Amino acid sequence: MAEALLRVERVAKHFGGVVAVDAVSLEVAAGEIHALIGPNGAGKTTLVHLLSGALAPDAGRVLFAGADVTARALHERVGLGLARSYQVTSLFRGFTALDNMALAVQARSGSSLRFWTPVASERALFDEARAVLGEIGLAGRERVHAGQLAHGEQRALEVGLALATRPKLLLLDEPMAGMGPDESERLIALVDGLRARVGVLLIEHDMDAVFRLADRISVLVNGRVIATGGPEEIRANAEVKRAYLGEEQPA
Amino acid sequence: MSGILLLEQSLNGLQFGLMLFLLAAGLTLVFGIMDMINLAHGSLYMVGAFLAATFVDLTGSFWLAVALALAGTALVGMALEVSVLRRLYARDHLSQVLATFALILVANETVRIVWGPQLPLAAPPALAGPVEIVPGLQYSSYRLVIIAVGLAVAAALYFAIARTRVGMLVRAGASNREMAVAMGVNIKRLFTIVFGCAAALCAVAGAMLGPILAVQVGMGENILILAFVVIVIGGIGSIRGALVGALLVGVVDTMGRAFLPHLLRQFLRADLAGALGPALASILIYVLMAAILFWKPQGLFPARG
Amino acid sequence: MRRWLPFAVLAAAAAFPLVARPLGWDFYIGFASRIMIYALAASSLNLVLGYGGMVSFGHAAFVGAGAYTVAVLMAEGVASAWVAWPLAVALAGALAAAIGAVCLRTRGVYFIMITLAFAQMIYYIAVGMRAYGGEEGLNLPTRSQLGFGLDLKDDVTFYYLVLAILAAALYALRRTVGARFGRVIEAIRENETRMDAIGFPTYRYKLVCFALGGALAGLAGALLANQNSYVNPNLLYWTQSGTLMIMVILGGVGYLYGGVLGAVALLVLEEVVSGYTIHWQLGVGAVMLAIVLFAPRGLAGLAQGRRDG
Repeated sequence: MAEALLRVERVAKHFGGVVAVDAVSLEVAAGEIHALIGPNGAGKTTLVHLLSGALAPDAGRVLFAGADVTARALHERVGLGLARSYQVTSLFRGFTALDNMALAVQARSGSSLRFWTPVASERALFDEARAVLGEIGLAGRERVHAGQLAHGEQRALEVGLALATRPKLLLLDEPMAGMGPDESERLIALVDGLRARVGVLLIEHDMDAVFRLADRISVLVNGRVIATGGPEEIRANAEVKRAYLGEEQPA
Repeated sequence: MSGILLLEQSLNGLQFGLMLFLLAAGLTLVFGIMDMINLAHGSLYMVGAFLAATFVDLTGSFWLAVALALAGTALVGMALEVSVLRRLYARDHLSQVLATFALILVANETVRIVWGPQLPLAAPPALAGPVEIVPGLQYSSYRLVIIAVGLAVAAALYFAIARTRVGMLVRAGASNREMAVAMGVNIKRLFTIVFGCAAALCAVAGAMLGPILAVQVGMGENILILAFVVIVIGGIGSIRGALVGALLVGVVDTMGRAFLPHLLRQFLRADLAGALGPALASILIYVLMAAILFWKPQGLFPARG
Repeated sequence: MRRWLPFAVLAAAAAFPLVARPLGWDFYIGFASRIMIYALAASSLNLVLGYGGMVSFGHAAFVGAGAYTVAVLMAEGVASAWVAWPLAVALAGALAAAIGAVCLRTRGVYFIMITLAFAQMIYYIAVGMRAYGGEEGLNLPTRSQLGFGLDLKDDVTFYYLVLAILAAALYALRRTVGARFGRVIEAIRENETRMDAIGFPTYRYKLVCFALGGALAGLAGALLANQNSYVNPNLLYWTQSGTLMIMVILGGVGYLYGGVLGAVALLVLEEVVSGYTIHWQLGVGAVMLAIVLFAPRGLAGLAQGRRDG
């Protein structure tokens, strides 16, 4: 295993008396797809909030590319190359698909404290935005407002926005939620294609997708990681079966 | 400064704070339950005071007039809710600001047309004089009655919210509107009732404060902002927050005005202290609010989790 | 809005004094100046509220800061517009930056209320400035001095200066909202969380927007002090902030000319209705109420809706 790109050390978060994430440690290597599975309410989305910087942990550290980013804000982590997508689609609905993407490109290409030059004249922004749109299968949909795209297209754009920040590591929070089989298939191919360039922490309920994509899988139950390993290892793990897989595959 | 003076100003602060609470309680409920910014809340306070003054004239009894004003203002409030405000719940805060600001203009002018710019309203003659509450302190008996009324209404409100069915619905609505809807509450009627109660509380405050402050057009504008300060400090939607916030604001404002200029004179040249004192006293509660929001952006008692 | 329409309006505004002066409508030249100054103030609020999505209920404080800067400097013997006006802009902008830095920590209704509270603080500070008139306010002995042989005491000269400033400000606003910065603040209004998640320090951009709005309001205040030859704390009272907000909402939130349309609509409405009755506020209030209930997107939205439909 290569040097870890993302290292999570005993991160914890509680809300009032409820422990949502309990001393979670895990690692994601560059170029690795690491899936995080677990039943509903296991704390997966809370963990994504902690890793992305949307929430501050009560304890533990988050190290990214060798640096401690625990105290860094969400937008700072994006600048370092740690980007996320949302489980509940979060787009700029009144903007076109192309403008959505151009914003993400703009975020990392120089200062936006520019008050005079029309953004429309900045070709480089839009060329790159178009390229990412093509990559996620939205070529030809540039001028459609994000709010008017089909559900599957919105989900693709959701991932695309994170991708357009040119991350080293992507936190994908249930990217396939609510997708039809065809759309899922396309997204699986997209994530598979990222493998060489980008590390991915993939949270997903679609077990078919998880076992096809993941290099390693961690299982989160009640805020704790109960197992980490390759797909075969996890499939065979008795504790995982009992705690989680058993629910869906009574055997 | 003497203990007597301190006691006197504390009572003044308590009295003002309790009246602010009557305004703030209704405002925070409307705000919390209906998510509605109602700038016209101060207008109901004004209407209550004018109605009270009119009924004193007609009936000759202060307390009968307060009761009639209370009922009359509640009716006005409910009519307002049914005719205009109900259409605004689903709209954004900007539309609510615009519409209720317009209502202030309409209310001010209507009152001016009906009653003229101001009306006299005197405290009942029996309460005109002071009483000696501790040796050496002659305190206005009317102000003591205001404190008693304020405490009584606050207690009744607490009971109504903690113990009655409507109160339970109100609490449910303030912390979670979907839940209230899910419980099959007739939300429309509940809102109208809450609004009527809020208006009645305004009327009590307007009628009671009328003899101390002036009953005039525009009297609601200043005190409305204070009521907003109160509910923001307390946490929007929280009755307990409104009470704590109101007492804080009432006491800090009163004490500031009474003692700050005096205090400054200890440290500054007299002319400078004379110029700074009143200004600083006026902004004290806003500083308090900014400081509280800086540390607790949701107020002291956030109603929503 | 058709492309040529703003230019046509500009041309008409430029021609107006040429017609009005010979006809002796001097009152209307002053009235038009006042409208344009309020249009500038409302447009500055529109940048903050319409484009940036920050519902600031304390904008009058910045207008007032600009106005008081000019008045106080003049009372101290500094009448030059070249000193006083930039200082008014800078002071109002700095004040907005300081207030915004605290207020932008809060959200939603709390933001509305805390901006209001800060504006009330500034109001009471103005009331407390006894050396400069306190509650009574301060008369300006003359208008600011511009040099170049231009005398601002002449209402037509002043009118043209205000017109030029308003036109320049609107052009600058148009550039700004079309540039990178404008995209960023509009996107923040649309979805702040996501802006954060694609790498924008949203707080910083909102603060810059808030300070810019304040600075522009300061310029409007400097002009207003000159127009009225008088400043008093009422310029900063919360109902003034309310009025500016009403203008923006009336005209159309987030439409470039929303502030202008709203200022024209409200002030002309006031003027017309007050010609018929001393109870003009009743009429104005009723019209405002009707607009909220029946034209939710403001006048600009109304015009656009009709064109679309």
